[in-house]
Amino acid sequence: MGEPGTKELLSLDELEATANAHSGRKHILSILVENKAGVLTRIAGLFARRGYNIDTLTVGPTEDEQYSRITLTFDGAMHSVDQVTKQLHKLINVLKIRDLEPADTVARELALFKVAVEGAQRAEVMQISEIFRGKVVDVTRRSIIVEITGTTDKIEAFERMVRPFGLIEMMRTGEIAISRGRGET
Amino acid sequence: MRAVDAIMECLKAEGVEVVFGLPGGANLPTYDAFVDGGIRHVLVRHEAGGGHAAEGYAKATGRVGVAFATSGPGATNVVTPIVDAMMDSVPTVFITGQVRTDLIGTDGFQETDTLGITMPVVKHSFQIRSPLEIPRAIHEAFHIARSGRPGPVVIDIPVDLSRADIAYAPVTDLHLPGYQPNVDGNTKQIRQAAKAMASARRPVIYAGGGVVNANASQELVEFATSDRFPVTCTLMGLGAFPAPHPQWLGMLGMHGTRTANYAMDEADLICCIGARFDDRITGKLSEFAPHAKFIHIDIDPAEISKTIPAHIPIVGDCKNVLTKLVKEYRALEVDTSRTDEWWEKIGAWQKKYPLAYTDSTDAEIKPQFMVQALYEATGGDAIVTSDVGQHQMWAAQHYHFNQPRRWINSGGLGTMGFGLPAALGAQVGCPDATVVCIAGDGSIQMNIQELATCAEDKIPVKVFIMNNGYLGMVRQWQELFWDKRYSHVDMGSFPDFVKLAEAYGATGMRFTDKSTLVDDMKAALATEGPVVVDVRVTREENTYPMIAPGQAAREMVG
Repeated sequence: MGEPGTKELLSLDELEATANAHSGRKHILSILVENKAGVLTRIAGLFARRGYNIDTLTVGPTEDEQYSRITLTFDGAMHSVDQVTKQLHKLINVLKIRDLEPADTVARELALFKVAVEGAQRAEVMQISEIFRGKVVDVTRRSIIVEITGTTDKIEAFERMVRPFGLIEMMRTGEIAISRGRGET
Repeated sequence: MRAVDAIMECLKAEGVEVVFGLPGGANLPTYDAFVDGGIRHVLVRHEAGGGHAAEGYAKATGRVGVAFATSGPGATNVVTPIVDAMMDSVPTVFITGQVRTDLIGTDGFQETDTLGITMPVVKHSFQIRSPLEIPRAIHEAFHIARSGRPGPVVIDIPVDLSRADIAYAPVTDLHLPGYQPNVDGNTKQIRQAAKAMASARRPVIYAGGGVVNANASQELVEFATSDRFPVTCTLMGLGAFPAPHPQWLGMLGMHGTRTANYAMDEADLICCIGARFDDRITGKLSEFAPHAKFIHIDIDPAEISKTIPAHIPIVGDCKNVLTKLVKEYRALEVDTSRTDEWWEKIGAWQKKYPLAYTDSTDAEIKPQFMVQALYEATGGDAIVTSDVGQHQMWAAQHYHFNQPRRWINSGGLGTMGFGLPAALGAQVGCPDATVVCIAGDGSIQMNIQELATCAEDKIPVKVFIMNNGYLGMVRQWQELFWDKRYSHVDMGSFPDFVKLAEAYGATGMRFTDKSTLVDDMKAALATEGPVVVDVRVTREENTYPMIAPGQAAREMVG
């Protein structure tokens, strides 16, 4: 491919090929950071300027108030995960990063679904919710809100089930994750 | 004590002897502290000049350069120097004023989100929210700026907080739990690197600015001469290995020597020390050094295997690692004749492809000749800064740097207008040195206001403008790659640099004859105070040799 300094024309396909150079399995990074102003901006900014796409991102306090935990999921080939991790480590406020192995990790996400239901449909949606161990948290004559907790796969499966009824809104938190066993994440 | 006086105390505790800056509303209190602060302040004419001066000072001395700017436009004016310092790993601290805390977020007069604007381009930054945080922030900023991979740190101080009365006590315990640069280098990896070098038949040492930053030139020479390793340096590394030297191949990369680039192309083992496989070095990545395995030594783990996968990665300070590497290498039994064939090949390239150009047959000064003349006139013993473009490449090729911290230029960012303020800063840091700036007629105009600073503060830099009346490098690319359709590269014949120099209080000269050039230059160098020399050179000369963009090293032209 040419450089911007040369007059060779670039085809859009070539540009697309470059953009898609990094894609692979989903990664969950658990990042321990100092609880200071601007830390989230630094992390989000780093992803943006290095051209990495964040799928989900959650931030919350930890057992120690000096630190916060950022759980971040993104799509990436192994090579770029290595770069992402190293670049994140260069941020002064970042203390620890774990690229969590799915098999050794408990990951959960919370989702709220507002579904349009009338008459008999309500019972049907409630039945599906029960199968997914969901909780009905609000009911009106023409709608129902269901709370689901679980892995991303489970939440997506539930979404597929209720969408045909008329999905008015869906809110998802993004995943949080913790490593299995006695050791710290 | 006023917070601003505490700032002065902190700066002194960090060994700061000079600050480059320009006052404004949001740092009025800080400037009041300069009156009795006991720290020299150089009043620049534009904050960008102050930032680059701090860089020049840092690069020439190895100490942290410090620049001050006010809020809003003052802060945005130092953004370019901040990025420049980030790209070239220059230890710098920028202290910016901010509007008072109750105005933050209201679009107050001269308010800008300095932290937000600079966040992607700093090593770290501090937004002061309480006056009590100021001393700690300053000490942590200096520690971060100078340690690990050096870089710029920004401290943004709201004006009301700087007026506060605080109990100042020196800060000795830094609290940076997320910042522990690995400086030692893994002993096992170093041993492995030594063994690999000992068995390589076509080794090359490729050294960069990291060697200069780590003050590891001596160690580099020891390592290279513990066998007969050929050495090439990047633009940022020039001077880290003394030129000329029997093992010196010249600079590598887009405008490097054929010998250096061909050696990389055919090497079986490349030992990269404090460099980062920039695209100006590799050319077409897929065809870069196709036969080589790589040892990569760098203080920044993120540079290792970023673009070129390293076979033997070593994270550490170049000085530490090289010291250990020399020791390991000397302990090995090495057959030094294994590289004889390699040297034969290298010798043949050197003989066949010296850095040559066709000289004029009349009085016309070729730009390459101009650099050679300056080399001669200074006895090769000057600190040389440059702007960005053709003149920068010719300076890098033809001025042979035999010591580190003698060649100061903007490599990563390629900032036009860098040279003059950087020379100013270098001269302040090294008052006894001869400091010359090789500038382009395009670049010099981007920070020419600093001539007033030089004249006023008696900073005797000597500026040699390589004047071809063009934005020369862009012209060259338009000639070579865009069918010579020149678009907005002709700079015409203004300004008159001699008159301009005089207007600024400097001495102006104009040289047009090559036969007297060396003597004329000596006269310029002997002139007291700042001097600007308008050297008229060949208008359309191209910088060669060259790896055309997107090409491989072996396809060098010119």
